[in-house]
Amino acid sequence: MKTFRPVDIVIVGGGWTGLTMAKELATRTPLKISVLERGGPRKTRDYVDNMDELDYAVRLRMMQPIRDETITFRHTARDRALPIRQYGSFLPGTGVGGSGEHWSGISYRYYPHDFRRLSHLVEKYGRERLPEGCAVCDWPITYAELEPDYDRAERMMGISGKAGNLRGNQIEGGNIFEGPRASEYPTPPMKMPHLAALFRGAASSLGYHPFPLPAATTSVPYTNPDGVARAGCSYCGYCERFGCMIGAKAQPTNTLMPVLARRNNCELRTGAWVRRVVVEGGRVRGVRYTDARGEEIFQPADLVFLASWTLNNTRLLLLSGIGEPYDPETGKGVVGKNLTHQVTIPAATVFLEKPLNGFMGAGSAGVAIGDFDAMDHAATNFSTGGALYTVCYGTRPIANFGFVPPSVTARWGRDWKQAAIHYYDRTGLIRFYGEHLAYRGNYMDLDPVYRDRYGDPLIRMTLDWHDNERNMVRFMTARAEEIGRTMGAVEMRPFQGLKHYEATRYQGTHIQGGTIIGANHTDSVVNMYLQHWRVPNLFLLGASAFPQNPSGNPTLTAVALTFRAADAVVQRYLKNPGELA
Amino acid sequence: MRRSRRHFLTVSATTLGGVLVYTLDRKPRRVHAQVAAQSGPIKIPLRFFTEEDALAIAAATARIFPSDESAPGANEAGVVIYIDRQLASAYGRDHYRYTQAPFTEGVPEQGYQGRQTPREIYREGIKQLGRFHLLSDSEKDGRLKQMENTLFFSLLRTHTIEGMFCDPMHGGNADLIGWQLVGFPGPRMGYFDDVDQHYGTPFRPKPASLAQILGRPVRPGEETEP
Repeated sequence: MKTFRPVDIVIVGGGWTGLTMAKELATRTPLKISVLERGGPRKTRDYVDNMDELDYAVRLRMMQPIRDETITFRHTARDRALPIRQYGSFLPGTGVGGSGEHWSGISYRYYPHDFRRLSHLVEKYGRERLPEGCAVCDWPITYAELEPDYDRAERMMGISGKAGNLRGNQIEGGNIFEGPRASEYPTPPMKMPHLAALFRGAASSLGYHPFPLPAATTSVPYTNPDGVARAGCSYCGYCERFGCMIGAKAQPTNTLMPVLARRNNCELRTGAWVRRVVVEGGRVRGVRYTDARGEEIFQPADLVFLASWTLNNTRLLLLSGIGEPYDPETGKGVVGKNLTHQVTIPAATVFLEKPLNGFMGAGSAGVAIGDFDAMDHAATNFSTGGALYTVCYGTRPIANFGFVPPSVTARWGRDWKQAAIHYYDRTGLIRFYGEHLAYRGNYMDLDPVYRDRYGDPLIRMTLDWHDNERNMVRFMTARAEEIGRTMGAVEMRPFQGLKHYEATRYQGTHIQGGTIIGANHTDSVVNMYLQHWRVPNLFLLGASAFPQNPSGNPTLTAVALTFRAADAVVQRYLKNPGELA
Repeated sequence: MRRSRRHFLTVSATTLGGVLVYTLDRKPRRVHAQVAAQSGPIKIPLRFFTEEDALAIAAATARIFPSDESAPGANEAGVVIYIDRQLASAYGRDHYRYTQAPFTEGVPEQGYQGRQTPREIYREGIKQLGRFHLLSDSEKDGRLKQMENTLFFSLLRTHTIEGMFCDPMHGGNADLIGWQLVGFPGPRMGYFDDVDQHYGTPFRPKPASLAQILGRPVRPGEETEP
């Protein structure tokens, strides 16, 4: 093994959180930073050649090569975990920018009640209403404390949207249920494709409060506080699973790399597959990785940030023997606990009379209603919320050909073909994403059987839905059908109900937990600054810190928490390296 | 896997669309139907299938996505050429799957756990199809119905849709036939002025392939990956 010259800081993972931390530290300190990214380099200009549905949306060329490493999965600790052999329910990206390159860009803030989820549920409905086995927690920070960092994240990315609550004043047209914002969105809402307009009209007439999706696909040309300029969205419809060919969608490559390129104290090493964090005497000494040529390297560092996505942050702690692995039997241990996904379903497939011209759109051009995030659950058989929404991401034909209404039973042949051609551009989805509570039986640990290309154990997910999620989905599907009828659906295909967690159906790359944030070291892995409780020179960035999924998509919150952690590091830790909380 | 004899799919120009854009011997070339009609049948070099295989698969995809009075189908789009290239490439060898043992049967929510590669699934499926192209239409449909619940059929159906609607650089969607059927204009650079217009009325820009839009050839994944 080769040992490199020490650096001040190592950041593992070159995605949104890792490169946001790199930007903050590289611009605010003279320290020498190395970002270690497992995948390859990328540039905006590469993306124009990538506008091919087969290679990118079907063969998934922007994702981690699954033949090298995957995840094993089972429903309960009594079942046998098997490898997810083909990507399905989520799509982890690789290369510079990580999943932040191929994301859709829907950029919610969480609601104030999300940060005090346990207290809120208990106050409202009583402790006896908590679902069985529920492991939901409060965050050790409040919405109000994080608000300035949300604002920084939105201005850095140039998020498009319409405020619904400015300093306590409700504003029609925005999400009136959101927490108070200090300022309006940095850029105006996206344009509204036809399907979104139909959804908005129907939702309004039913008394709901539709608002435009907050979008990282910036609606107009925008220059952020770092001086980075980006184009406005052209609605080409190649966002999710693609990189943006004009750089309108905020991506680490077009938002953070230009800032880092101007600094000489930050280097980005691609092809660096970090396999262990080396800890001696309660402090990290550095990281051990395998480079693109297969050479083993030890990179010493004074301060290490893991920013390698939820599953890999957790896996690196387990592989490195840092902290006690969670045991679902005893409830002891912390690493791997509170694994959550997001309850994401096509609530109603709506077949319409007139064409939608659905090829025009963007990954976050759409409309949502927050009414069910703010609903009262006193009379329901579930306790969680979420949003019904529609997004016009730009329909592409391989993924979208073949939808036919229930009156057509054929799946191939002449009748199917003719109906599928007719409905190709007359099919819209009313979607739902909802909160996924943490449960004591949903967790991660190392798989005892399956290994990655280097022989390291894979991470194992033990994950299933509970009745709370199933009941919520039944309720929301019925609401989606009401909206669909109001939109003038000729026919509809409601979601068939949530049974067990499926690793095969895409549900969003929104996995949370494993290294959760908390108020003390017995219940959590990191403190409110994302600093490891036991190893003070180790920080874990990203949604691995989220104690549960609070319905919305996690990226904006992950970046906001990174800003907060960066402030604590620059203002306090570097002056006096030690425990911040 | 090298074959002792090169196989070709011989098709008459009239069974194919107006302008075929595909790669003969990995060199980009355009074949115009009119020109081809004068010079007789077109011989398309096969990379994975034998000629018999290709005829059976072509006939099966043509029952899944038939040509009829309303619109052309899998035959005109060249779906079999698309499938041949995919199976010859890294995809056919299971490059896009985690293939470490042990292989154990699981629950459906854990996804496909089999050992068989797409190539192997096709080889077995082709045996079941038999001399499929020589059957009558109703016999063909009967045989496909018997196979409906097999992994092979589900792959074949998926690949038929892919071959109908992929960018023509992958060998299917000849003459952009698939995109014309559904009004998909291709990977155009944007619709800023149109995205919130045309509500309820069809807006149908003329389809163009990625290479046509960029004005230069683009290499498909199946030719650049290991």
